[in-house]
Amino acid sequence: MAGPRTGRRVSLSASVRVRRGKLDLDVDLEVADGEVLAVLGPNGAGKSTTVKILTTLSRPDEGTATVAGFDVLERPNDVRRTIGVVAQRSGVDREATGRENLRLQGQLFGMGGRTLEHRVSELLERLGLTDAGDRIVKTYSGGMQRRLDIALGLVHHPKVLFLDEPTTGLDPEVRADMWGEITRLATDEGLTIFLTTHYLEEADRLARRLVIVDRGRIVAEGTPDELKGELKGDAVAVELAEPDLQRRVARMLEPLFDVREVQVDQKTLRARSDDGARAVPAILQSLEAGGIAVASVTVSRPSLDDVYLRLTGRSFTAAESEADAAAAERKEREEARR
Amino acid sequence: MTTALRHTWYMTQRHLRALFRQPVWIAITLVQPIIWILLYGALFKRIVDIPGFASDNYIAFLTPGIVLMTSLFSGGWTGMALIEDIDRGVTDRFLVTPVSRGALIAGRLVQLGIIAVIQSAILLSIGLLLGASYSNPGGLFVLVFCSVLLGAAFGALSTAMAVVVRKEETVIAAVNFVILPLTFLSGVFITLSLAPGWIRTTARFNPVNWAVEAGRGALASGPDWALVLTRIGLLTAFALVCAWLATRAFGAYQRSV
Repeated sequence: MAGPRTGRRVSLSASVRVRRGKLDLDVDLEVADGEVLAVLGPNGAGKSTTVKILTTLSRPDEGTATVAGFDVLERPNDVRRTIGVVAQRSGVDREATGRENLRLQGQLFGMGGRTLEHRVSELLERLGLTDAGDRIVKTYSGGMQRRLDIALGLVHHPKVLFLDEPTTGLDPEVRADMWGEITRLATDEGLTIFLTTHYLEEADRLARRLVIVDRGRIVAEGTPDELKGELKGDAVAVELAEPDLQRRVARMLEPLFDVREVQVDQKTLRARSDDGARAVPAILQSLEAGGIAVASVTVSRPSLDDVYLRLTGRSFTAAESEADAAAAERKEREEARR
Repeated sequence: MTTALRHTWYMTQRHLRALFRQPVWIAITLVQPIIWILLYGALFKRIVDIPGFASDNYIAFLTPGIVLMTSLFSGGWTGMALIEDIDRGVTDRFLVTPVSRGALIAGRLVQLGIIAVIQSAILLSIGLLLGASYSNPGGLFVLVFCSVLLGAAFGALSTAMAVVVRKEETVIAAVNFVILPLTFLSGVFITLSLAPGWIRTTARFNPVNWAVEAGRGALASGPDWALVLTRIGLLTAFALVCAWLATRAFGAYQRSV
């Protein structure tokens, strides 16, 4: 069971199983009060399904979850009152103004009168939408719509905020803005945040604790530093001039001291070393002796991508494109059916 | 219950606001029935000369029919807006709030009803301006009531279909496929006693015709209240069945998310 190590109160715990089409989800996790948990995984890993269950939108086939002390299956309305949700797909009403969107959202939570008007203005200001507040949302940019989405999730002062891929599809500048806002929410307001993302960098930047999911299973859990620390050492990547068709390269590097976990994928050779800068000359020498031409070499500190690669046996980018291809295929089939 | 009513009213306001922000929509939905009154009114002007026709003023005969037909079509298109909400993630956003589930459908139906009242009033005024007169003007309220009921029933039906098929093109096709024939197989344009026997038989089971009979019946001199009330009863039952279907379909949608 993946759980927070701190002694704080548990704000959310889930133990759910879902089998639907290609998805086979089996997840157990806990989030402490005031913690920022990032669930990292490629598309199709089951992140959104998990969020849908935790936010009462969808039901698991087996198991259940508790949010802020309420069971999602037995007391969904109590859960809904405690949580704020920013879904992967923007849920703003494009035909209304930003202010009207926020006002209606507040009304649905039983707010009204001056308290609500005050809260709406406060949120518009906080998310930099004061000037746009009375404009129809259709005229907003993508980043503005996303900020309004966040404001909508906050109107009723939730205790737990769900952010399902909050920055997907945003350009880098807007993404950085968003990160700033999320960090402020976590530090200033002490919100418990459940964040899903398929950006390694985002998880690294925002999360205090990280859960890595792959194909519906949790494969690792810990702080970003802990996960990276487990890798011990630097990552060395060598671009070969020719693909290593005979698989000779790995054997060539075997005798080298302080070079571990050698993997070769087409033209890329990856290895680990406690001291990357020292290992590189030795690696290059061995390769040269074996008659292997080298195009480039990089040495980097461990990244979450490396963690992912080690845990799942495939690079994050590969998992991502695999999932995208599967999604495209599904879409095609669906369209053909129609 | 009061929460459900309050939420329904919030949703109604949201839909009304969206409609009133579309001047083109307002223009089209008003001009189209006016054109119908003028066009059909001119085209069939002499129809009242046929022996056995129920009225001697075709505009007076036609206007209630157009009032009902307009409400019928507004109802039919209701599902389109819901599909847009679902596709844009708006429905899912509401579903993770404590909103009363029924309000998400009821809000649309109440909006339909309000629009039907406004439209009926405008169309009836135009009819009166064009020379229609009714021996029992109090019956106009019954007519407007029937138009609200008819619009709400088909609005619920359209909603039910929309959440099942989730495709705007299909809704358009179904509206044209179902609603146009239902209009022509009713007494909207002519006295049914002049229509072939099979049309008369079909019309007995046609909710559009129930509304036409009740509405027009209430406007006649010395209304046949028994007929009017049974037709309103049938129409109410039909509307309730449609509302139940819409609730069921929406429940199925929630389970499929």
